[in-house]
Amino acid sequence: MKKVVCMVLAAVMLMACLAGCGSTAAETPSSGDNSSTASASAFKIGGTAPLTGGAAIYGNAVKNAAQIAVDEINAKGGIQFELRFEDDQNDTEKAVNAYNTLKDWGMQISLGSTTSKPCEVTSGETFVDRIFALTPSASSVATTDGKDNQFQMCFTDPNQGSASAQYIADKALASKVAVIWKNDDVYSKGIYETFKAACDKLNIEIVSDTTFADGNDTDFSVQIADAQTNGAELVFLPIYYQPASLILAQAAAAGYEPKWFGVDGMDGILTMKGFDTSLAEGVMLLTPFNADSTDERTAAFVKKYQDMYGEVPNQFAADAYDCVYAYAQALEAAGATPDMSAEELCAKMIEQFTSMTFDGLTGTGMTWNTEGQVTKSPNGMVIQNGAYVGMD
Amino acid sequence: MKNVMVRMKTSRQQWITYAFVIAAYIVLQILSGQKVLSSTARGMLVPICAYVVMAVSLNLTVGVMGELSLGHAGFMSVGAFMGTTAAVSLQGVIASAPLRLAIAMAVGAVFAAVIGFLIGIPVLRLRGDYLAIVTLAFGEIIKSIFTNLYIGIDSRGYHIRFLQAPENLEEGGKLIIGGPMGIGGVQKIATFTGGFILVMICLIVIFHLVNSRTGRAILAIRDNRIAAESVGIPVTRYKMTAFVLSASMAGAAGALFALNFSTIAANKFDFNTSILVLVLVVFGGLGNMLGSVIAAALLTALPEALRSFADYRMLIYAIVLILVMLATNNDDFKALLRRVIPGRKEEREDA
Amino acid sequence: MSFLNFLISGISLGSIYAIIALGYTMVYGIAKMLNFAHGDVIMVGAYMCFFACTKFDLPPVVGVILAMIVCTVLGMTIEKLAYKPLRAATSLAVLITAIGVSYFLQNAALLLWGSSPVVFPNFFKSVSGETGFALFGGELRVSYVALVTIVVCVIIMAALSIFIGKTKMGKAMRACSEDKDAARLMGINVDATISMTFAIGSGLAAVAGVLLCSAYPTLVPTTGSMPGIKAFTAAVFGGIGSIPGALLGGLLLGVIEIMAKAYISTQMSDAAVFAVLIIVLLVKPSGLLGKQVREKV
Repeated sequence: MKKVVCMVLAAVMLMACLAGCGSTAAETPSSGDNSSTASASAFKIGGTAPLTGGAAIYGNAVKNAAQIAVDEINAKGGIQFELRFEDDQNDTEKAVNAYNTLKDWGMQISLGSTTSKPCEVTSGETFVDRIFALTPSASSVATTDGKDNQFQMCFTDPNQGSASAQYIADKALASKVAVIWKNDDVYSKGIYETFKAACDKLNIEIVSDTTFADGNDTDFSVQIADAQTNGAELVFLPIYYQPASLILAQAAAAGYEPKWFGVDGMDGILTMKGFDTSLAEGVMLLTPFNADSTDERTAAFVKKYQDMYGEVPNQFAADAYDCVYAYAQALEAAGATPDMSAEELCAKMIEQFTSMTFDGLTGTGMTWNTEGQVTKSPNGMVIQNGAYVGMD
Repeated sequence: MKNVMVRMKTSRQQWITYAFVIAAYIVLQILSGQKVLSSTARGMLVPICAYVVMAVSLNLTVGVMGELSLGHAGFMSVGAFMGTTAAVSLQGVIASAPLRLAIAMAVGAVFAAVIGFLIGIPVLRLRGDYLAIVTLAFGEIIKSIFTNLYIGIDSRGYHIRFLQAPENLEEGGKLIIGGPMGIGGVQKIATFTGGFILVMICLIVIFHLVNSRTGRAILAIRDNRIAAESVGIPVTRYKMTAFVLSASMAGAAGALFALNFSTIAANKFDFNTSILVLVLVVFGGLGNMLGSVIAAALLTALPEALRSFADYRMLIYAIVLILVMLATNNDDFKALLRRVIPGRKEEREDA
Repeated sequence: MSFLNFLISGISLGSIYAIIALGYTMVYGIAKMLNFAHGDVIMVGAYMCFFACTKFDLPPVVGVILAMIVCTVLGMTIEKLAYKPLRAATSLAVLITAIGVSYFLQNAALLLWGSSPVVFPNFFKSVSGETGFALFGGELRVSYVALVTIVVCVIIMAALSIFIGKTKMGKAMRACSEDKDAARLMGINVDATISMTFAIGSGLAAVAGVLLCSAYPTLVPTTGSMPGIKAFTAAVFGGIGSIPGALLGGLLLGVIEIMAKAYISTQMSDAAVFAVLIIVLLVKPSGLLGKQVREKV
């Protein structure tokens, strides 16, 4: 008897749980095409991001910056946005759940997902559902590949890899290079592949090619020793800044002083709490955003971000900020109104994004091709006295 | 006499479980057809089926066989990659998606069974926590292998490479597994009905096994290995049967899971996933298949139901987990609950 | 010469694993449970020391002691609230509770201290700011952190062996690990002994946290989880429940990990570590120094 009651209770709980997931849908009936009820005056814009877990720093940067941009645009009158982010924990399965939650909420246009692997999954969903997506920071090619309504605000990984190799060749920085990349990361692998291919063409010799992976990302003595003994003059780090900071510290301890070359994931290294910036002295990286820039809009954004969240925004934040402004520009130009369905908006946005030119914090004169990839020029930056200085 | 009672109990549990799963399927299918279910709930149906299969199959190892396994996600990974490879290869050959799904799950199950057998040879010689740590080790090794495995296909057949992509794929060839990138651009062919059928097959197989001569032998080994050995039960053979069966079901679940997403990578099936499945099993009760089914559904849905708590939801999830474990395993706590909820007192007397 | 360099990094990494493994092995030996939250106690310890030394500018020694006190209290609280009520439950129920505690600590840390990594200060510098010294004309470099880690590890092992072997409390611990009921009949306060074990294990976790973050100075809420799993592996490797086993297992695991990276492949190093583990356990099914439990019929 007790068992039966237990089971009934459990079954009721399960139903309640599923109904709980569904309740948001009940409040906003039949999502996109009938959103004239509650907030007809605002475009519902949403995205999934890792707000908890190991990658939370990127997700929170994107969420915070997008919120700043939305607040600014809403304050101006004109186009109004309603923003919502859902947590995907940098996991493909959770990302689909997060995306579906947003869909139930009635999302009309999407900010995709912040990180590459979840974005590959959600872009598949937005493609089928005909919701336009512009991801601030998911840079893998598979995100946009073959999907006409997926756009990126950041460079694609291959683009970064070949640009970095080209840069090294053009400036004759080194003829022997080492690469330390993250073996289980789409982002790192993507950049590495094209970097390697470009190096072969440009007669740059890769003398040391070592990797690390999740759970094995603390001790780099072997990778550093390998680069050192093979005489690499430059070490290319297509990785995020957290392991990069460890590599720099351990190389300094080992007395190895090559030139360091990073990618946009390296941005943020200078603002790590307690980081000895002298370790990063002379590190070169290609990044579209520079928080120390004297540009008026950038300075205003950085100040506002710092006031609100107590941190210096990184490139993820800047990309997200640009995304919202790009949407504002495109929606205005298309004459879109918030009562349009997601599908109508999707068609209009594809038309706009492939034809418009956008100026943002991460570059001026940005354009998009029909593949959804952005064209903007990466700036070579070098770290001097704990700050970025443009290389030319 | 007692034996008969036990058997009657398990067979009753068996029918209740079938009835519950079928009823849940019908209700959810109707709700989903009527568009009452939200996209979130609908999106979770297939993963829930996969987790249900994972939980009942691990329950076979942990609950029925009595050995702690911390590498169950490894078998899921094998099934996911091999099953998806099969599905992608057959994309142009077989038009019917459900048939391809069935083949993918079968392929996943076969490969996982083979790997389960190979791993079982050394693993089943060990006992207790040492066995647990070796399954953990195998799980990590499988993850490492799939992170570095590349499989391409073209008109000349498969090209399997380790550590680097196959270089000379012909025009029109396709890289199916791309190392760390995993499998991308997969057609989503997994369906709730497919998942439901898999769950039913697994439950039938497990109940059939548990109620058979083999099952009684396995239970005897769990309860007292030495006594079982001394009456001539071949311990290793029976354990191997259960272990391989458990692995193959996890493989099928992996294929189902992977084909529900357009992309899948090896690091999804890590230690944390193994632990998650173990949590489902213990949550639902060792050896209790219905419990595993309910626990898998509940705990997969719970973090989604907690979304309104935003940043606090994983914290709440952890607290719920601890409290439930305390509530179900501590006598004082149970007594307290009984006092707080007066209705429960009678139930107990009923039982 | 590079071999020696690798050996030193391996030993220093292994020493950290060994100290963490001690926590696992002591708790397992006495309470017969796998305390999966141990890795996260390490993280809490590291954060405590970080805040004490950077926010309040306390000297490193005070920071470490403060971290040890906080972790000891935390360990005892966890034991009292989450594990003690389950003394009579199955070991699996306790294992799942421990996993729950681990999730709880990680997510609480995420909410309290944020997701941005912080860089742990390096306490082990010479007056001139050097972080290490070179031998053989720069061929061999030894960092002070590595040296301190190894020395601390040896001291802890020696102290703990004396404590367990010679003191009254240590005797009580050994008695509890042999047979709890018999120990209770002999007038030993079993609950207090288990609580003490958690206190010592967690205090050591704080030391391990500080050493781990001094050697590899980024600190995030998930910092403890992977070293935790590796140390658990090390504890089993050496024979879980055995203190010299934890030392041996930790050191070997650290050295194998570095050597596998250096001489096999950086891509497959984790797989190599686990393969060695499997082989060892097949040859010696209860770990290197574990007690062979005789089966009674």
